[in-house]
Amino acid sequence: MEEKNIIELKNITKTYEDGFTAVGDFNLEVKRGEFVTFLGPSGCGKTTTLRMIAGFDLPSSGEILLNGKDISKIPPYERPINTVFQRYALFPHMNIFENIAFGLKQKKTDKETIKKKVKKMLELVDLEGFENRSVSTLSGGQQQRVAIARALVNEPEILLLDEPLGALDLKMRQEMQLELKSMHDRLGITFIYVTHDQEEALTMSDKIVVMNEGRIQQVGTPEDIYNEPKNAFVADFIGESNIINGIMTGPLKARFSGGVFECVDDIPEGTQITAVVRPEDVILTAPEQGQIRGKVTSVIFKGMHYEITVQCGRYEMVAKSTKTQQIGDTVGIRVEPDGIHIMIAENNTNFFAVDMNRNHRLEYNGNVLDTSLTKIIKGSHRNENKELIDENGEVIDPDKIRIVAAIEPADITMTDDTDAENVLLTGTISSLIYKGDHYSYVIQTELGQDFIVDDEYLWNMGDMVGLIMPINKMRFTVKK
Amino acid sequence: MKFSRKSLGIPYAVFLLLFVVGPLLVLFYYAFTNGEGHFTLRNLTDFFTDPNTLGTLFYSLLVAAVTTVFCLLLSYPTAYILATSKLKTKSVLIMLFVMPMWINFSLRITALKEILTLIEGNLAYYPFLNSVIGMTYDFLPFMILPIYNTIVRLDGSLIEAAKDLGANDTRAFLKVTLPLSVPGIVSGVSMVFLPAMTNYVVLDMLYNSTYIMGSLIGSYFSAYNWHGGSMIALILLALICIFTLITDSGSAEDSGVRGGALL
Repeated sequence: MEEKNIIELKNITKTYEDGFTAVGDFNLEVKRGEFVTFLGPSGCGKTTTLRMIAGFDLPSSGEILLNGKDISKIPPYERPINTVFQRYALFPHMNIFENIAFGLKQKKTDKETIKKKVKKMLELVDLEGFENRSVSTLSGGQQQRVAIARALVNEPEILLLDEPLGALDLKMRQEMQLELKSMHDRLGITFIYVTHDQEEALTMSDKIVVMNEGRIQQVGTPEDIYNEPKNAFVADFIGESNIINGIMTGPLKARFSGGVFECVDDIPEGTQITAVVRPEDVILTAPEQGQIRGKVTSVIFKGMHYEITVQCGRYEMVAKSTKTQQIGDTVGIRVEPDGIHIMIAENNTNFFAVDMNRNHRLEYNGNVLDTSLTKIIKGSHRNENKELIDENGEVIDPDKIRIVAAIEPADITMTDDTDAENVLLTGTISSLIYKGDHYSYVIQTELGQDFIVDDEYLWNMGDMVGLIMPINKMRFTVKK
Repeated sequence: MKFSRKSLGIPYAVFLLLFVVGPLLVLFYYAFTNGEGHFTLRNLTDFFTDPNTLGTLFYSLLVAAVTTVFCLLLSYPTAYILATSKLKTKSVLIMLFVMPMWINFSLRITALKEILTLIEGNLAYYPFLNSVIGMTYDFLPFMILPIYNTIVRLDGSLIEAAKDLGANDTRAFLKVTLPLSVPGIVSGVSMVFLPAMTNYVVLDMLYNSTYIMGSLIGSYFSAYNWHGGSMIALILLALICIFTLITDSGSAEDSGVRGGALL
């Protein structure tokens, strides 16, 4: 039998009135009966996507196909989809029976059937005999079960769950994870689950959709996502990992962290790469047996294992080991080929448009860039009025020329002093990933454009920083 | 003497004794005595046998009820629209509804009187309607604010949940928004209905010479019939108690919400 897609999201984009794009270019297919999880940090657009499937938000563009039919414009009450809300959203003025029966009553189901179905649901969620209790007398976990029963009693084609376990304590959460999973297996209903908890996603899902800043980063099974992360964000978000920039030095050979490692990913020699090594794949050996060696800088006991940080030259490697090490000792590090996941390095060059002002000088964010325009625009020179003349002898119209500047992440410096004279623009740090010897930051700037900055020092998320971009490190290209 | 938290309550207790319990006892004394200071139920039976006083009671209830209904019909949609709109100027609009309360009461009613005279020619033609209009105008903010406060605090996900479960906009409103705004309605009603029964100043100023409970009590006292006046005040008090008990039991489950809805 051919497995059919129950729901397909095609080129879904959600842009708010203020121009903020919460979800961009979202494409996803979900098969009947699948347990799909949207995973990402808060603000990544996962809840917005869920709300569009439920019908609470309308996509700005794109289609949502349910069994092949576009439902993106029909109201939530006409969709055969039910939601378990983050904070349960149980009706406080109704008892448990009335809460669960609400959906059936809207469909004008007869009283006897309602009674039977509600009873069955209460059995399913282990709350037999709770019919007449009021919502406020229930614990968080019990309210969660009622919320699930209230959604499931309608026999939806898809059940949406918006961080349903977020408000529960750890033990309760783990119990509910297992229960939800077994409920899913028994009922065969498609579950779409939203969470920021990677462990929860890995435990429960058939398919994980990793999202960041409104975009899908990777779609795959938990194993795929964990073992073969597509980019540094996924590698960093799912589990702990050592993420180190490097280069391919030969067939199935990669150099990073000051050593050459054999690997299983066939990538052409000379390619800039990012290597991902999970701490459990870092094997600590005697100094002479390792592919590289380094000094132990920290040992943290984690119950089942020790988390050991080793400084290898400029780079740091974190290892998980059942055996402890002495701080200050020199150790060898081995990584087996299948413990290394190689990704082609993302090109992080920052591109930004600069303006030419009326005085024929380059300007960015209100700052004049002190550089020679005649060198940038080929064949141009300045006349006696300091106007810029192009190769055909005509005065260049600043509105008709577009100049794009490029600068590498490592060439930008961050500073606390946002008012300093050499600060070109300011922004806040919205993401950071440790790359072994430096941090890679994403700065959301005042102009709305994100800049990627490499810095060896640790800054905090949300820090307000000024960006210093030396003009001699910028490369300019002219676009007419 | 050891200072305890309880001693902080002493000023309040003194206040209570002097201005609540004391006057109440005096009221009881006068209500159940005659001019010679002997115990009597005469004042009570007089009230319930005299068609004039009973008529006043009925008229007061009618004025108050109609005023309350008017206020409610005007306030609920206003409060609902204000509370659910995404307007950034929401607080300004609410302010506009509240602001008349800052203007002297008699000035407002005088202004209203002039407007009504302009429209009706002579206020004497529609005394009942004028009184109701005057009171509605006066009490409207007291109804809008508690209802607005309850609706604005309603968890939006409850309405989304209702729609998610198959209720269209109308049914979601009837089944979720309306029942959950009852606490606001109740406090609005009690803040309008009770004062409307006694606020005879509005009637006076709009030339409605029919007595309501407030004016009736006033007339007894100005005629030096303290015993009869006290009894009527006591009956009014009993009515208020009964009304409060009814509305309280109606929203007992949401008492928490109600406290929040009261201004």
